[in-house]
Amino acid sequence: MTSSGKALSEKLPEFSGGINWFKYASPQTFYPLAGRLIPLFGWPALVLTVVGLYISFFVAPTDATQGESYRIIFIHVPAAWMSMVIYLAMAFWCAVGLIFNTRLSFMMSQALAPTGAIWTFVALWTGALWGKPTWGAWWVWDARLTSELILLFLYLGYMALVAAIDDPRRADRAGAVVALVGAINVPIIYFSVTWWNTLHQGASVSVTSAPKMASIMLTGMLIMALAAWAYSVSVVLVRVRAIMLERERNSDWVADRVAQLVESHR
Amino acid sequence: MLKILIAVVRRDLLLAWRRRADVFTTLAFFIIVASLFPLGVGPEPNLLRTMAPGVLWVSALLATLLSVTRLFAADYADGTLEQMLLSTEPLTLIVLGKVTAYWLVTGLPLVLLAPLLGVQFDLPQGAIGVLSLSLALGTPALSLLGGIGAALTLGLRGGGVLLALLILPLYVPILIFGAGAVGADAAGLGAGAHLLLLAACFLSALAVSPWATAAALRISME
Repeated sequence: MTSSGKALSEKLPEFSGGINWFKYASPQTFYPLAGRLIPLFGWPALVLTVVGLYISFFVAPTDATQGESYRIIFIHVPAAWMSMVIYLAMAFWCAVGLIFNTRLSFMMSQALAPTGAIWTFVALWTGALWGKPTWGAWWVWDARLTSELILLFLYLGYMALVAAIDDPRRADRAGAVVALVGAINVPIIYFSVTWWNTLHQGASVSVTSAPKMASIMLTGMLIMALAAWAYSVSVVLVRVRAIMLERERNSDWVADRVAQLVESHR
Repeated sequence: MLKILIAVVRRDLLLAWRRRADVFTTLAFFIIVASLFPLGVGPEPNLLRTMAPGVLWVSALLATLLSVTRLFAADYADGTLEQMLLSTEPLTLIVLGKVTAYWLVTGLPLVLLAPLLGVQFDLPQGAIGVLSLSLALGTPALSLLGGIGAALTLGLRGGGVLLALLILPLYVPILIFGAGAVGADAAGLGAGAHLLLLAACFLSALAVSPWATAAALRISME
């Protein structure tokens, strides 16, 4: 919605500081920008993953108490971080979309959801793989595990609702309401699950009281976390480009893009 | 302001009274689900006593989920909802009135019936009181949050399953505090903290969900 965006920034010149903040709020201008950004994040993601995995498997020492199985944290922790960050980003774009009525924001949150759900699933899966040798069980009703599982349900609910509504405008807004209500609920769910757990189980295994990490382990984990960030950004941009093309298929700029593509392949 | 609220509540109660069977289906569902658990896990009294709060709460939650789809469905089908959206009265108030009537029709009977089921599960008397109190505080919150889901899934194919996916995660805190209150009372810790948290859940749901539901209705009816 460039027209409404422009109108708003013209009305608020002191707010926009002379820059048109809404320039890239239109799919037409954002599409090429996203295309240029993808390799800027995609290649670092690949390099960081290779370096991070090398450090985690060959450089980092074996843990004194947990043995080799601790190495799963190099994937598990970044995945858990990303699962939460992406939900926040999704809720943020939904709020932006509802406030400024920008359809690109909704496309962004819809592009973020599958990546967030995948990270949540990876975090749960690797957590189970780590739990079996460490705690002796694939699954315990630990507060963190439970709230991560509920986070996965929140992602699935958002995606299912958006997919079930045919009218894109209604799907955007309905999904946004769900994402925002979910975002308000995430802290409540987390605390309730924590209190529930402490009441029922008393002293249980805790990640926070684990021995301090060797610095090379921390380095490996941070590199993997950066790789996860870069991967998520590039994948989300790829997906949002696909969503833009699909949703704007009847517009002139998409027709021009397709014409150019056909021309270049001739 | 109060007048429109009362008018909506009256209207919905009257409609529910004219169609009493709907109310009884929800109640029957609640009782049957709760009665299935002993058949599934065995009649061991100690086991049933520890399970009772959770079982009754989950049954109440499922009963709400089953019936909340009807909150707006009839008004949506006959066009009344459209008139409500067009009316000059605030939609949040109308929504609040509808949810209140809905709770009076489906939530309150669950609260009143729960002691009976508590006896079935051999709960001690004190625990039964706490259970009723926790349900009395928790079911309004269930109705309020359910309203958001019902408004969002209005007229969608597969709405029922979708609704479960949307609102069951949001019910988690209420379930934990509600069933936890009875558990804490049984453990001798006192149910006060849980009941206060449950009341907090109810009040925050009361503060947020009428607005969210009204927004969702506007989105669905666009």
